[in-house]
Amino acid sequence: MRRLPPSPFPSMGIALMTWTQAFAADRFPSGSDAFPHKHLLGIAGLQNWEILYILKEAEQWVALNRSGAAKHDDRLAGLTIINAFFENSTRTLLSFEIAGKRLGADVVNMHAAQSSVKKGETLIDTAMTLNAMRADAIVIRHASSGAVQLISSKVDCPVLNAGDGSHEHPTQALLDALTIMRRKGKIEGQTVVICGDVLHSRVARSNLFCLKSLGAEVRVVAPPALMPIGIEAFGANVYSNFDAALAGADVVMKFRLQNERMQGDFIPSPREYFHLYGLDERRLALAKPDALVMHPGPMNRGVEIASNIADHVERSAITEQVEMGVAVRMACLDILTRKARRVEGWA
Amino acid sequence: MSGINIVGGHVVLPGQEKAEALHLHIEGEAISSVGKAAPIADQIDAAGLIVAPGIIDLGVFKTDKPAFRFGGITRAALMPDQSPVHDDPATVRYAALKGKPDFWVHPLAAATRDLAGLHMAEIALMKEAGAVGVATGRKWIADSGVMLRIMRYCAALDLPVIVHCEDGGLAGNAVATHGETATLLGLSSASPASESLAISRDLLLAEESGAHVHFRQVTTARGLDLIRAAKAKGLRISCGITPAHLFLSDNAVSDFRTFARLSPPLRSEADRLACISAVADGTIDVLASGHDPKGPEEKRLPFSEAAPGMAGAETLLALSLNLVRDGTISTGRLFELLATNPARILNLNAGRIAERCEADLILIDPDAPWQVDADRMTAFAGNTPFDKLPVQGRVRQIMKGGKVL
Repeated sequence: MRRLPPSPFPSMGIALMTWTQAFAADRFPSGSDAFPHKHLLGIAGLQNWEILYILKEAEQWVALNRSGAAKHDDRLAGLTIINAFFENSTRTLLSFEIAGKRLGADVVNMHAAQSSVKKGETLIDTAMTLNAMRADAIVIRHASSGAVQLISSKVDCPVLNAGDGSHEHPTQALLDALTIMRRKGKIEGQTVVICGDVLHSRVARSNLFCLKSLGAEVRVVAPPALMPIGIEAFGANVYSNFDAALAGADVVMKFRLQNERMQGDFIPSPREYFHLYGLDERRLALAKPDALVMHPGPMNRGVEIASNIADHVERSAITEQVEMGVAVRMACLDILTRKARRVEGWA
Repeated sequence: MSGINIVGGHVVLPGQEKAEALHLHIEGEAISSVGKAAPIADQIDAAGLIVAPGIIDLGVFKTDKPAFRFGGITRAALMPDQSPVHDDPATVRYAALKGKPDFWVHPLAAATRDLAGLHMAEIALMKEAGAVGVATGRKWIADSGVMLRIMRYCAALDLPVIVHCEDGGLAGNAVATHGETATLLGLSSASPASESLAISRDLLLAEESGAHVHFRQVTTARGLDLIRAAKAKGLRISCGITPAHLFLSDNAVSDFRTFARLSPPLRSEADRLACISAVADGTIDVLASGHDPKGPEEKRLPFSEAAPGMAGAETLLALSLNLVRDGTISTGRLFELLATNPARILNLNAGRIAERCEADLILIDPDAPWQVDADRMTAFAGNTPFDKLPVQGRVRQIMKGGKVL
C-alpha cells in the first residue's frame, strides 16, 4: 500500500476501552498541529491521527445533536458559509446547512441550476465571485474530479469538498468511520466490504483511503467494468464474487450505480446486477452475525439492496450514517474556521 | 563572391554522428559550399555553436511564429484541425502561404470532410494547393472501410497518411491512461491497448494498400513493438513521439495538472522507458513538438473539462538534447529525428546540410542553461507540462532560406 502512511498509534483498538478513551485529548498534537490543513479536499492527503482527531471532535456534536430541543452552539456566529453545489444533492447539502446553522453560522446555499454557471461563467470566475463575497468557508460539490481543488487554489477561505466527480467525498468517509467506530468500538482489524460502482464512486475511494489508514481490511467488490484499474495499490483486496467477499465481514457498504457518470453499458441490466451484487438476506447471512449494513444514499431498493435489509433495525446503520454526517460536518466546519476565529493555538 | 560565411561552428552533416568543425557558405537562398568559406562575404561567427538544419516540426496545431523562432523550427507541418477544418483547397492554399517568407508552413490535408471520419475530402485538389500529407486529425477514423480507401487513394497520389492511433471505442471519453494515478484522482481512464489496437488495424491496412503511413505519436511499449515488427517486415511506415511522452509519465497528472492533459494521455513509467528504448534502437523516426497552445479559457478548468494539448515548440530542442546528453542517441541522429526524417516523410528538399539545399539553419549553444517558465513563453499560450524545469540548449541564430531572422 502506498501514499497512506502507517499508523503512529499501532495499539489503538485496545479491547475493553472505548475508542474515545483510547484517544484522550492529550494523545493528539496540540493546537493546529492536530489538523494543520487549510482545506478538506480529500482523505488521501490526511495522516491517520488527523482523521481520528476529526472523529474525536465530532463526538461532542453527536451529544449536542441528541441533547433535545436547544441543539445550538454559537461558536461560528457571524461567519458566512456558502454551500456551492454544482451538482444536485439532497442529504449532503441539507447536512452541511444544518451543521453550519447549529454552530451559529450564516449559511447560504448556491445551486448551480440557479447560478450564472448556466450562463457560461467559468468555474474560476464563479469561485472568484464567491471569494469576493468574503465567505468564511465554502463547501463545494462538483461533477468533475479535481474541481474543488481548483477552486481552493483561487479563494482565501477554507474549502470543504462535498464530493468532486469520481475523486473524493471526505466527509462521507469520515461519517462512515464514525458510524463504524461507535457501533463496533474500533476500526482496526475490522473487515469492511465495499460493493457497488467503485469505478465512479468518490465515496468508495474516500472510504478505502480512510479505512485503510485506520487499519481495517477493505474488500472491494464490483462488476469487472466498474472496478478501477490498480486499486490494489491502495491496499484494497479485490473480489469479483460478492459471496466470497462477504465471508467473515464485519461491515458491508453498498453503493448505488452512478448511471449519470456512465457512458455506454457497464452492466446488462439492474435485474442481473441485483442477481450478482444485490445485498439480500441470503447474502447477508454469509457475513458475521452482527455485520453492519451501510449505504451512503441515495438508495435504489431492489437494485443494490433489498428493502428488508435496508430497513433492518439492528443491522442497518443507514439512518445513523445520516445522523453522524451532521456531527462530522460540524466538527469539520469548527476545525477549519479556528484560524479565522483566532482560537488559541490555531491562529 | 558575396553571400554569408558561417565560420568556426561544428556542423551537423547527413550520416555523421558528431558535428564536424567546418565552414559553410550561403549564396542566395541555398547552401553553396560545405567546407569552404568564400574570401569575401558577410561572416557569422559560430565558434562554440552547433550548426544544424532547421527543425521541421511534423504535426503542429497552430502557426505560432514567435514560438517556432525561439525553438529553432523553420518549417512545420500544420494539422488540419483548424477552424475551419483544412478540408478544401482554399484553406490549404491560404495556410501554405501564411508563414512565408520567414517561416514555411506545410499543410496537412484533412483525410475526411470536417474530420468527421465519414466522407473522403478532396485530397488530390488539396495536394495541388500545397498539402504535403493527409492527416486524420486529433482522432482516428473508426470506419476501417473509409480508412482503407483513404490509404489506397493516398498511395496512388504518393502522399503520406498521418494517423492518430487511439481506438475511439476503447478511448471513449477517457482523459487519462489506466493506472494508479487515474484511480487515485478518480479520472476516467482508458487501457493503453487503445493505441496498440489502432496501430494493428492501420498496419494491416497499410500493408494492403501500400500507403506510407506515419503514426504521429506512438507512446506505448506494445504499440512500439508492433511498429518494430512491421518495419522488420519491410512495411513503408514511420512513427513519431513528443518529448512529453519521453520524459513524463502519468504521475505528472497528479494534482490535476491540466497542462499535463495530452492526447494520447501520458502513459505509465514502463511505457515511457520503452519509448526511450525505441528512440535508441531507431524504431522512432521523428521527434515533434505537437505544438498546441491553449489559453486559460481552455486549460484553467477541472481536469476532464480542460482541452488536451501542450505548447511544445519552445522546449522541443532543449528537451531533445537530453537524449544526446544521456547517451541515448548521437547529435547526428538527433537531427535526423528533428529535421531529416520529417523532410523525407513529407517529401521536402530540406532537413539536411548539403550543397544546393535550402539554407534553413540554426546555430545552437547546446549547453546554455535556461528555465522553462509557463508565464514567460513566447508561444501563443504557455501550457507546458515542463513548467519550471531547468533545461540546457538554446538557439542563438536562425536562418530561413539564407536570411538571418
